Amino acid sequence: MTTPASQLPDDAVGLPSVLPRPEGERERLEAVWRSPRGWRVITEVNNTVIGYFYIATAFLFFLLAGILGLLIRLQLAVPGNDFLSPQTYNQIFTMHGTVMMFLFAVPAVEAAGILLLPQMLGARDLPFPRLGAFAFWAYFVGGLVFFCTLFFGTAPDGGWFMYPPLTGERFSPGIGADWWLLGIGFIEISAIAGAIEIIVGVLRTRAPGMTLTKMPIFAWTLLIFAGMIVFAFPAVILATILLELERAFGWPFFIAEKGGDPLLWQHLFWFFGHPEVYIIFLPAAGMVSMIVPTMTGVPLVGYRLIVVALIAVGFFSFGLWVHHMFTTGIPARSLGFFSAASMAVAIPSGIQVFSWIATIAAGRLKITVPSLFVIGFLIIFTLGGLTGVMVAMVPFDRQAHDSYFVVAHLHYVLFGGMVFPLFAAIYYWVPAFSRRPLSEQLGRWAFALIFLGFNIAFLPMHITGLIGMPRRVYTYPAGMGWESLNMVSTLGAFMLAAGILVFLIDVARNIRLTTGERAGDVWQAGSLEWLPNHGFGTRSIPRIDSRDPLWDRPGLAREVEAGAYYLPRTATGGRETIVTSPVEAKPQYVMRLTGPGYAHFAAAVFTAGFFLLLTVKAVVLAGLCGVGAIVAIMVWMWECDQAPAGEIDIGGGITLPSYASGPVSHSWWAMVVLMLVAAALYLSYLFGYLYLWTVAPQFWPVLSELPSLSSMLAPSSLLVVSGASLEACRRLLDGGREREGTIAVLLTLGAISLAGALGVDILQHGRAGLRPQASGYAAMVYANAALQAQIAGAVLLTAGFAAARLVAGRVDRIRRVVFDNLALLWTYSLGQTAFGLALTHGFPRLVAI
Amino acid sequence: MSRLRRLVLSLILFVLPACQQQSALAPAGEEAARVALLSWILFAGAAVIFVIVLAALGFAIAGPERLRRRLRAEGAIRFWGIAFPAVTLAVLLGYGLWLMRETIASPSPAALRVEVTGEQFWWRVAYDGPATKPIAEANEIRIPVGVEVEFVLRTADVIHSFWVPSLGGKLDMIPGRTNRMRLKAERPGIYRGQCAEYCGTAHALMSMEIVAVSQAEFDSWLAAAKAPTVPVSETARRGAALFLASGCGACHAVRGTRAEGTIGPDLSRIGARRYLAAASLPNTAENLIRFITDSSAAKPGSLMPPFAIFSPDEQHALAAYLASLK
Repeated sequence: MTTPASQLPDDAVGLPSVLPRPEGERERLEAVWRSPRGWRVITEVNNTVIGYFYIATAFLFFLLAGILGLLIRLQLAVPGNDFLSPQTYNQIFTMHGTVMMFLFAVPAVEAAGILLLPQMLGARDLPFPRLGAFAFWAYFVGGLVFFCTLFFGTAPDGGWFMYPPLTGERFSPGIGADWWLLGIGFIEISAIAGAIEIIVGVLRTRAPGMTLTKMPIFAWTLLIFAGMIVFAFPAVILATILLELERAFGWPFFIAEKGGDPLLWQHLFWFFGHPEVYIIFLPAAGMVSMIVPTMTGVPLVGYRLIVVALIAVGFFSFGLWVHHMFTTGIPARSLGFFSAASMAVAIPSGIQVFSWIATIAAGRLKITVPSLFVIGFLIIFTLGGLTGVMVAMVPFDRQAHDSYFVVAHLHYVLFGGMVFPLFAAIYYWVPAFSRRPLSEQLGRWAFALIFLGFNIAFLPMHITGLIGMPRRVYTYPAGMGWESLNMVSTLGAFMLAAGILVFLIDVARNIRLTTGERAGDVWQAGSLEWLPNHGFGTRSIPRIDSRDPLWDRPGLAREVEAGAYYLPRTATGGRETIVTSPVEAKPQYVMRLTGPGYAHFAAAVFTAGFFLLLTVKAVVLAGLCGVGAIVAIMVWMWECDQAPAGEIDIGGGITLPSYASGPVSHSWWAMVVLMLVAAALYLSYLFGYLYLWTVAPQFWPVLSELPSLSSMLAPSSLLVVSGASLEACRRLLDGGREREGTIAVLLTLGAISLAGALGVDILQHGRAGLRPQASGYAAMVYANAALQAQIAGAVLLTAGFAAARLVAGRVDRIRRVVFDNLALLWTYSLGQTAFGLALTHGFPRLVAI
Repeated sequence: MSRLRRLVLSLILFVLPACQQQSALAPAGEEAARVALLSWILFAGAAVIFVIVLAALGFAIAGPERLRRRLRAEGAIRFWGIAFPAVTLAVLLGYGLWLMRETIASPSPAALRVEVTGEQFWWRVAYDGPATKPIAEANEIRIPVGVEVEFVLRTADVIHSFWVPSLGGKLDMIPGRTNRMRLKAERPGIYRGQCAEYCGTAHALMSMEIVAVSQAEFDSWLAAAKAPTVPVSETARRGAALFLASGCGACHAVRGTRAEGTIGPDLSRIGARRYLAAASLPNTAENLIRFITDSSAAKPGSLMPPFAIFSPDEQHALAAYLASLK
């Protein structure tokens, strides 16, 4: 369907693509982006479809965990209640927190990013569609199985932050803790995969001309969110690995009598846990920054201040974690630093709040359901922030910590700071994805019930806590003065639930999600996600020169839809989008995107199967699933890195390559982010190693117990051989003299060398008599080996894969992304292994008595 | 406390049908009083700031144009979002650090030391005794009024947290560590405390009572505690014999008898305690019998095995014996 020339805007002459577009071009574009029908839609990888699945699943977990919250409130409505046994209650409150934090909050904002970002940035999809789909299915399967443990009475019951020694083997001998460690542990893989996609997507697939300072604030928040995930999640992943090793094999990381320390868990967990709450809050703040300008009709006031504030939060939030440990007996001087930092982090939030107020003052706020939820957010989040400053003060926190005051605070900041913006966002963005918008009337009722219900439920808890009620108690005695407060809280909770029920009714009646014709720009918004959108995104990719493109160029929607901008077609017969430079968004090449397939879906199911079966100790079945996952991933990867398809004319006189390798490649960037994740994981380990030495230096060996320095020779030599092989392969590939077979062999040998270096080192420690169960020190030495083995294993598999591709003619001097990525991972592994050798052999010598 | 503050406090506490034994807002100790004052200041300050933000929002939406013009300026963001919070927080931080000063400086030795060890799900207490033999107690801690008492906090199993809100803040009991805390009761009374770090099934039922009495009363109690009690009545004597014969002494100690077990709480003065089972059951004969017969029915999660082996007669004898241990 093309636009007749008579309807084109007058200045269509200077636009990149000539109008009218050729016959059939749009149809071909539609065809390559069309989703499979019926149940086969599970093979789809389009960010819109995956985004729908993702957000629906996240919301399902919100409802499920919310029901658990209602059960908690029913049990606590009256003193001495026996509605729930303590065993059941303890599982329920643990699952309420765990599901809300890991299966709802982070996935929901990640889903919003996956759904919204490409449209908002003018891209056709995210850079790694199958990776995003894999992340979703792993989360879907793993999350549902994890939740179902409740029905078998085997859910974890150690609280959502699972402190050892309570969650160690001795005091939690059942399988519940393992469900948490293995189940949640692998769901974090999803979060990290999503983070990689978002970082590369935001930095490299923006529409031409959308410089960083013209990027929507939501994109900024997601960029920072993803960066925070990269550095924060590995800390809890490490903690999870260590605790599972302790439970399964007796490696005593957290057992004080053997040179471990329960506080190690707390440090690692909260180093993740504090950034986690800002990870949850920032994208919600980003949503508010998109909604307020539209509702007031003016551009966001204080854009640059907000960006600075967001980056400040991203950094500051990593320096606060000890405020969760104020009552552990850590020296007061250290506490003072963390107290100061915890208060300082209120300032960036203050900047954002007053920027939003300034924007409202600059325009005329239309009272709509989204703006009502935004007002609710401002009220509730401000209160939460104020109580946050209160608990940041150590003397006050010594009373408030682990009491209902903190329960009140955390719900004010999390529910107010994330759930309210989420409701605002749903009401706001539904018209961009659904044939019908949601109902203003039902929405107002939902808002009123949710706002009032929330405050009635949680405001009294500030008092309940200060008059002595601790948290995580399944009951309380009569006569403490807690009865009426608890009853009020319970009534409020049910009012809140009623509001959510009204919302669900609205959704059932009105949402009609589609990849076709949508309700459209009902709010007269300024950002790109409101352009006419289809399965393939926009008909053409616009050129941007302002922060609010739809306001500054009123004809933009029509021009884009007519195909007047870049790449209004499929150039290679497949799905594509434009890759641009990170700061200035100059077009660099056309990225070819994968379409629907079964391999990534199978990989997700097998990966979930591997972890879940391991939890129930079905080792053989788990192993089979693991093999299945690896095979599925290889099949999936085999179809990636499609061959170069020549130069592509995207319009406007710009011709771009269809293939890129080296540092300009989006794939290289993803690899670098993955290496940062690995480095963050290893740095967490390094912290743990050094920390245990400060706590229990008596468990470190004397000089005579250490393997001799010459024992480092063999592993080091193997590492050198490995590095040399890699370098030789690189030179052979660069030489371009068709030596693919030789390269494949060298690759395999080099990878085996790397694994060999590790194996030799482990053997030598074993022969020196070191057993990981002996002490925290010993466990840490072997933990180093475990982390090295993780990466070395990945290198081995990738080297095999690369060798196969070389032999099959799918890697050569030009088409070399697979080799380049392998080289990055390999180099990192060499570095990390060498560092590990130096640490485990060198540090004890340094400090030996 | 000033008269106005006392008036406000009592008004608020009147509204809360309070049993004020376990309340940070009804302080009876030195540290708790300082924190209660801090709390009121923080609440007041928070209220003021909340009103400012609410007013700013309200004016931005529907206020007069001259106010809206000032709110939309970037200067307003810099002032209210950066300068004002920075100054306020700096002042607050200074106050907080000043309040913490005693914990930063090294304190002088305390007049009395009480060792408390957290167990699942009760409190093991030990007072310094004659020579080096400590006086063991459980769940009810007597201290003298007006004197700084040092609590030496450890744990036998998982992380617990020692919290008596009327007297002061909490401090965790962590395996491998010894934490020390000072509390000073300013008035005689009974102050309830509760474990504040989730420690397993019966975490909700792990409470304690601190009984603050005059120095003289405390001294005489401690002196009397060292001496063994001799059961007087016939029933109690039968109970004493039954206690030893049934092996209760393997887990529970009673000073002056052959019962010397340390796995469970010391029972030397159980008759004098107001509560059983870590302040979760009133101390009555009936509750004693219930607990002995099937402790996890009376206190779910209790680690004491059930003893359904006693006839009603025997149960009464045991209860009488335990009640005589004052």
